Amino acid sequence: MDLLIQHLPALQVVLPMLAAPIVMLMARSPRMAWATTTLVTWLTLGVSILLAQQIFVHGTISYHMGGWAPPVGIEYFVDSANIFVLLIISLMGAISMPFARRSVEQEVANEKHGLFYAAFLLANCGLLGIAITGDAFNIFVFFEISALASYALIAMGRDRRAVMSSYQYLVMGTIGTTFLLIGIGFLYIMTGTLNLADLAQRLPEVNDTRTVRAAFAFIAVGISLKLALFPLHLWLPNAYTYAPSMVTVFLSATATKVAIYVLLRFIFSVFGFELSFTELNMEYVLMPLALLGILIPSIVAIFQTNIKRMLAYSSVAQIGYMILGVSFASALGLMASVVHLFNHAVTKAALFMALACVIYRVGGVSLDRMAGIGKQMPWTMAAFVVAGLSLIGVPLTVGFVTKWHLLLAALEGGLWPVALFLLGTSLLATIYIWKVVEAAYLKEPDADRAVVREAPPSLLVPTWALTLLCIYFGIQTSLPLDMAGRAAETLLGGYL
Amino acid sequence: MEWLGHYNYWVVVVLMMVGFYIVIAQGNLVKKIVGLNIFQTSVFIFFISLAKLDGGTAPVYIEGVTEYSNPLPHVLILTAIVVGVALTAMGLALVVRVHELYGSIEEDEIHEQDGKH
Repeated sequence: MDLLIQHLPALQVVLPMLAAPIVMLMARSPRMAWATTTLVTWLTLGVSILLAQQIFVHGTISYHMGGWAPPVGIEYFVDSANIFVLLIISLMGAISMPFARRSVEQEVANEKHGLFYAAFLLANCGLLGIAITGDAFNIFVFFEISALASYALIAMGRDRRAVMSSYQYLVMGTIGTTFLLIGIGFLYIMTGTLNLADLAQRLPEVNDTRTVRAAFAFIAVGISLKLALFPLHLWLPNAYTYAPSMVTVFLSATATKVAIYVLLRFIFSVFGFELSFTELNMEYVLMPLALLGILIPSIVAIFQTNIKRMLAYSSVAQIGYMILGVSFASALGLMASVVHLFNHAVTKAALFMALACVIYRVGGVSLDRMAGIGKQMPWTMAAFVVAGLSLIGVPLTVGFVTKWHLLLAALEGGLWPVALFLLGTSLLATIYIWKVVEAAYLKEPDADRAVVREAPPSLLVPTWALTLLCIYFGIQTSLPLDMAGRAAETLLGGYL
Repeated sequence: MEWLGHYNYWVVVVLMMVGFYIVIAQGNLVKKIVGLNIFQTSVFIFFISLAKLDGGTAPVYIEGVTEYSNPLPHVLILTAIVVGVALTAMGLALVVRVHELYGSIEEDEIHEQDGKH
């Protein structure tokens, strides 16, 4: 047992990585591939929870890969900041797997199931690896692992446009990670190290050089491409729209969140608050982009008739909220951003799951097709409405918790126009969620459409589990807020 | 003529811009992948050239030699090349699928078939 506890950080990543080829061999029996994957995702969640327990008792864990001490060896470390991200990823993986069986059975060809679940595990492994590793080059490699797996997952969508959007994601994603690689190269020239903690210690001496600033620019732009910061978000709407439903659920909840975590790690911990905000004034770049990134995609979302696409644009807007919190350059703003990583993951996953239920029964999610669906699929649409309220930021839901803290952070910084802007843009979210509610509850269904039944329980239960989480953490706010507070403190404190 | 001394970095910058330009300007999906490859290769060359020490040899123990090139960037780039190969394979596989589904690999023709910009 001691040995197990000791190697938890490695297990976190290795478990899904080793399971992937085994699942791939199960191509003949989709059921078994699914069962194994589910088991592995639950085990990964177990490892995350054990890790969280460990760091709350003993503090930060530093794990030396293969026994080589950092900065020479590769270090995995777990502190209050990345345990939060690890928990989000493994929780979302664990909740979306029970959901996956029926949904994937319908949307992906039978002989591809083994490959599908193998790719899912690799994506999971890559995302966990990005969050847990303490080595800059490792971040690049894990980014590529998760990205390659996600390209494959997205391309398995039924619509032929899925393949094309996967290709576009590949081109933009590769440019993003290559930029990251250039930035890491610059940092390596100046410091001779790749370990994040070591970099943070050595960088202040060479902060004034053009090379470090170029590195900063390359890394910030590269990661911004991966996290779909407006206006670098062009790959996201298509990729989310045409991917199989289950992939949309998982990626929307995790992929961009991890990229945001990496950005936070670099600008707060590695480059440090001093360089990022005092000297380079990152807030002047981030704040306008965040504000535009909230406003424009929200307006675009209103005009979409495909609901999946509408929610994809809304995801871009929500990323704007997270970046806005960072751009306040205050502890409170950062905490609001970090807590929104979790809140948005839960909310958006619940919304996409509700849509997946509709797709399962109706076959599509255009506004016309959803007309009158509220009476035929009451549970599904009720979940959609509750999660939608959370997206808008109505009190008693998790969305409100974020908005409230963002408002406080804006007022604390004396930025009352931003506070007004936040209230105003919530109205935009109300409009696009209302459009769906109106179609589902107030319109009559087409006469020629067969009456649809409620989605099966195996789809409804995970959907409602997430929806209830939206409400539970909206009322019982202490746990996520406490964890986000610690994470923000860790990030601001840098590497001590 | 100080800038001539940094000719390796100039090569990197030129290759990088050429690759990036091809990715943006070409409508042919295969050519885009080629551009992406050139773009990535420039970064590989950049890493390798920063590891080179004037007068240094390969990092192997030889009697009487004291200066070695830094082996670490070479190892990193080996990994990055593998990643690059995987990406190229993935990209080309997607192009094959696109060709099967649309009968074309020209971006404008594909968008025309899907009936949007």
